[in-house]
Formats: sequence, structure tokens, C-alpha cells
Amino acid sequence: MNNQSPQNLQEVRAMIQRHKLNDYIFSIIGLLCLMVGLITLLTLFIDLILQGYPKLLSLSFYTDFPSRRASSAGLLSALVGSSLVMLVTFLSAVPMGVMAAIYLEEYAPKNWFSDLIEINVSNLAAVPSIIYGLLALGLFVYILDLGQSIVTAGLTLGLLILPVVIVATRESIRSIPIAIREAAYAVGATKWQVVYDHVIKYSFGGILTGVIIGMARAIGETAPIITIGALTFIAFLPPSPVTTSAPFLNFEWLSSGFTVLPIQMFSWLSRPSEAFHVNAAAAGVIIILVTLIMNGFAIRMRYKMRKNIKW
Amino acid sequence: MNTVTQVLNNSLTPQISDRLSKNFTRHLKERVIEFILMLAAFSAVLTTAAIMGILLYESYGFFEHVSVTAFLTDTVWTPLFENPRYGILPLVSGTLTVTGVALVIAVPIGTISAIYLSEFASHRVRETVKPILELLAGVPTIVFGFFALLFITPLLQKIMPDLPTFNMLSSGIVIGIMIIPYIASLSEDAMRAVPMSMREGSYAMGATRFQTAIRVVTPAAVSGIVAAYILGISRAIGETMVVAIAAGQQPNLTFNPMDAAATITAYIVQVAMGDLPHGSIGYQSIFAAGLVLMLMTLTLNIIGHITRKKYSERY
Repeated sequence: MNNQSPQNLQEVRAMIQRHKLNDYIFSIIGLLCLMVGLITLLTLFIDLILQGYPKLLSLSFYTDFPSRRASSAGLLSALVGSSLVMLVTFLSAVPMGVMAAIYLEEYAPKNWFSDLIEINVSNLAAVPSIIYGLLALGLFVYILDLGQSIVTAGLTLGLLILPVVIVATRESIRSIPIAIREAAYAVGATKWQVVYDHVIKYSFGGILTGVIIGMARAIGETAPIITIGALTFIAFLPPSPVTTSAPFLNFEWLSSGFTVLPIQMFSWLSRPSEAFHVNAAAAGVIIILVTLIMNGFAIRMRYKMRKNIKW
Repeated sequence: MNTVTQVLNNSLTPQISDRLSKNFTRHLKERVIEFILMLAAFSAVLTTAAIMGILLYESYGFFEHVSVTAFLTDTVWTPLFENPRYGILPLVSGTLTVTGVALVIAVPIGTISAIYLSEFASHRVRETVKPILELLAGVPTIVFGFFALLFITPLLQKIMPDLPTFNMLSSGIVIGIMIIPYIASLSEDAMRAVPMSMREGSYAMGATRFQTAIRVVTPAAVSGIVAAYILGISRAIGETMVVAIAAGQQPNLTFNPMDAAATITAYIVQVAMGDLPHGSIGYQSIFAAGLVLMLMTLTLNIIGHITRKKYSERY
């Protein structure tokens, strides 16, 4: 009773003070909670550097093949493998994702068919990555007989980041005002001309951010690659994609065995010997740097674009 | 006069047909492009179908050898031993324990962060913090696995000397930290969707920010917040590398986070690392485990999406 109708001014003042204090306390707790993420990120990064710096500074770490001896084991085949797998992922996920997004935003009629596609895209985004690995193992490795190769890994990661590319492209397309399209139609453009000359060009920045975030995810993704059975001990390089004689391109590398950075790190990490943990930490620094730079770039770009674009 | 018309006609006729045919190819080209784009979009449906198809097909082979009752009720999971037993329960218990620990970390921190970001933080704080949360969400899970095994576990062992090297506690803590950004940003979206007039009404009655946040905004956004939790649980259940590195490889029917135990995902990784022949029962067992995982996450995702839809319709 007293709480609801305070008797005198002093009590009211005390109550206001108390509630203000609550506000203050909560904002401090809130700030601390937000800091948990930042602190973890920093600790993680510093811990990795502290543990891995002897390896990070030696040049041979980047030019040596994996080895039984921790001191002479290097990252070369993982670096090359990651780059080639990313190439396949990029070439498969980006055209597919952008085309799918264009269809959903510009063409799709409102019917059960479009709804089905929509539901599937949002569902795929939430499927655990290891399930994609099982899909690749059953479908790519055995049914399509692509083997445990670069092309299998690239396509798997391509499927994995497809929803990321689709969602980012759609958001970007949606932000283009309808007036732009109407203007193009008014001068006689066909639908595809509108899409190709205007929609894709104006949403390019948004597509690029989505692609970078997707690729950053693919670089660090480990579980699906392990599931398809990537080897961890690769002491050779895949055949070079570019040759000196005509036709200057060769595609043998696609079916080559491979290892990638996170797999290499995992294999070093799962050894009991501490010396290999140093290698794992150094590999971790490389992985985290690459993904942080890519994500940082993409996030910065997105914030900048939001500020600059005023239709 | 006649000749003039004829000349005119002659010069015009090809032009008109030319235009018409151009229009026709133009139309055809548009149709073909639309079809190709539709195929690309349809790939999403095909992928889902392929996932379910592969999981069901290989699991079917598995369930020809193992009865569904034994699979769901047996308490020992040793498919690779001499006398194999196929009870999924130990893997499920490991998965749920890790997820539970993750939630204990992520739910309070994520929710408080969301309330703070949505109701208290200034524009500048929000603009600085959100990108950092996004960066955190982008760190590869393998790196978090390293962190769990070689940083959190030794740290915990200083407090609890009995803690084994592989344990579910440290994996759970790290996965919890991993899903904080996810829960925080989804909950914040839900709170931001609460109309301003509700806050204004609350302030007009003399409520403070804290009271408004806790008693008005949070209840109004509760279905969105719950959806964020559910989607967070689904993430934690499907998380692989952290548990494969730091939680241990032995299936173990226990809910004690201090123990080592394999989760569904860790089991799949462990088997895939070995060289099992295609078509063997061990090979099929990872698909059966994958099917269980897929059904768990799918159910949670569907519930999450339904809950989310509900709140977005209300205002």
C-alpha cells in the first residue's frame, strides 16, 4: 500500500533515487555483458599469437609440407588447397546464389512454388554444416563418384554458403526503389534489361558483402570437409591450374587430393604432442586473420553503404 | 503512283517483319532467362531434397540391421566394436548436456545484451558494438575448439583440479559464447519491433528505462526472444568442431558436464576421420546419427520460425 501511494515527498524522492540507481546498475551490467564477446575475441586472438608466434615468424612454415616432425611441418599444401577449394566455391555459389536471388525478388510470382523455394532457403541456412558434409559424402563422393577431391570440397562449401549469398543479394536488391525499374520500363527495356543494366549494377555492393561474408565462412569451415574424408597428410601440390602451353588451363587439379587450413590445424591439434600445438596455434592465427579481415571489410562496407546511399 | 506505293511497300515489309522477328527473339530470350533463373532458385529445394534423400537412404540400410527400438532405447553406442550395440541415447545425452551448458551461458548474457542494445545503448555504442558481435560470429569454430581445449580447460582445471582434459563443460562454455551474438541480435530485432508508442506510454506513467525494458518491452517481445533461444539451441546442437576437439570421443550416457562424452556431431567426425568402407554398418551409422541430428534441428527451426512469425504479425 505504502509503495503505491507514498505518503510524503521524501519517500517519493527516495523511490525515484532507487529506480534511477536500478537504471544505472543495469546499464553497467548490460555493458559488461556486451564486453564478454569483445573480451573473448581479444583473449582468443592474443592466446593464439602467444602460443604460435615462434612458427608464425619463420618463413619455412609457409613453404614446407606437413611433416612427422613438428619443427619442420609447414602449411604450404593447406594454403594452396584452401585457395583452390575457395576458387571452386566462389565459381559455384556466386552465380547460383545471385541468379536465385534475382528470381525470387524480380520474377517469382506469389504462389506455392515461390513459397516452397523461400522456405527451403531459410531452412538451409539453419542446417548444421556437418549435415552438408554427409550430403557430400553420400552424393558427391560415392553416387557422382567425384572422390575426396578439391571439386567435391568446393561444391560442398558452395552449397553451404548459397543461402548466405542469396539472402544478402535479396536484401540488396530489395533496397533499390521501384522508381528505378519503372523508369527503365518506361523507355522500353525488357525485364532482363532492367535486371541486368540496373538491378544487378546497383546492388553490386550488397552482393559483394554477402559473397565476402560467405567466403569467410567457407574458409574456416571444417566439419563438412572432414566428413567427406579430406586427407590431413598431403605432401604434394595439386597440378597447377595454369599451364605454359596452350590451352593454358588444365583441370586435373579438380580431382586432386587436398588439405585445407582448418583441417591442417585440426590434425595438429588432435596430436598429443605439445610441439604440434604450436603449429596449430600458428595456423589458427592465419585462419582467424583471414576471416577477421574479410568479415571486417564486408561489415565496414555495409555500414558505409547504408550511410551513403540515399535514393 | 502505283510504283511509289510498291517501292514503299517493298522497303517497309522487310522492316516490319524484321521488327516482329526481333520482338519474337526478344521474347524468347526473356523466357529462357527466366527459366534459367528459376532453375537456380529451385536448387535450394533440390539441396533439401538431396539432404533428406541421402540421410534416409543410408539410414534405411542401417535400420535393416538394427531395430528402431534398440536404436532409441539401448543405452550403449559401440557400432565399431566386436559386439556392436546401437543405442543413440549416449550421443543424445552428450549433445543435450553441452547444449544445456551453452544455454546457461548464452541466455542470460545474450538477453541482457539485447535489452541493453535495444533500450539503453546510445546510437554510437550500438554502431560500435554490433560490428564487433558480427565479427565474433564470424570466427571459425575450429579456432574456438582450440580455445576450449588449450585455454578454457586449463583455466577450469585450476579451479576444479579433478576436471579431465576432455570435458563437456569447457565445450559448452565456448559454444555458449559463440551463440551469444546470435541470441543477442535476434532478441534485439524482436525488441526493436515493439512499437515506440508502448514505450512512450510507459514513460508517460513515470516508469524508468529499466522498468520499461523489463515490464513492457520484454514481455511484448517475448515470442521473438523465445524464438531466438530456440534457434540458438539448434545452433548449439549442430555445432561440431568445438565438441570434436574438446569434449572427448567416448559415447557416455551422462548428464554431468564434468565428464567427457561424445556428441552426435563428434561421433560423425570421429568415424569420418577413420577409413570405413562405403556401405559398411559403421558408414551407415553416421547417416543414422545425422538423421537424428537433422530431425532435432529441423524441429527446433520450424518451431522457432513459427514463433517468430507470430510476433511479427501482432503489431
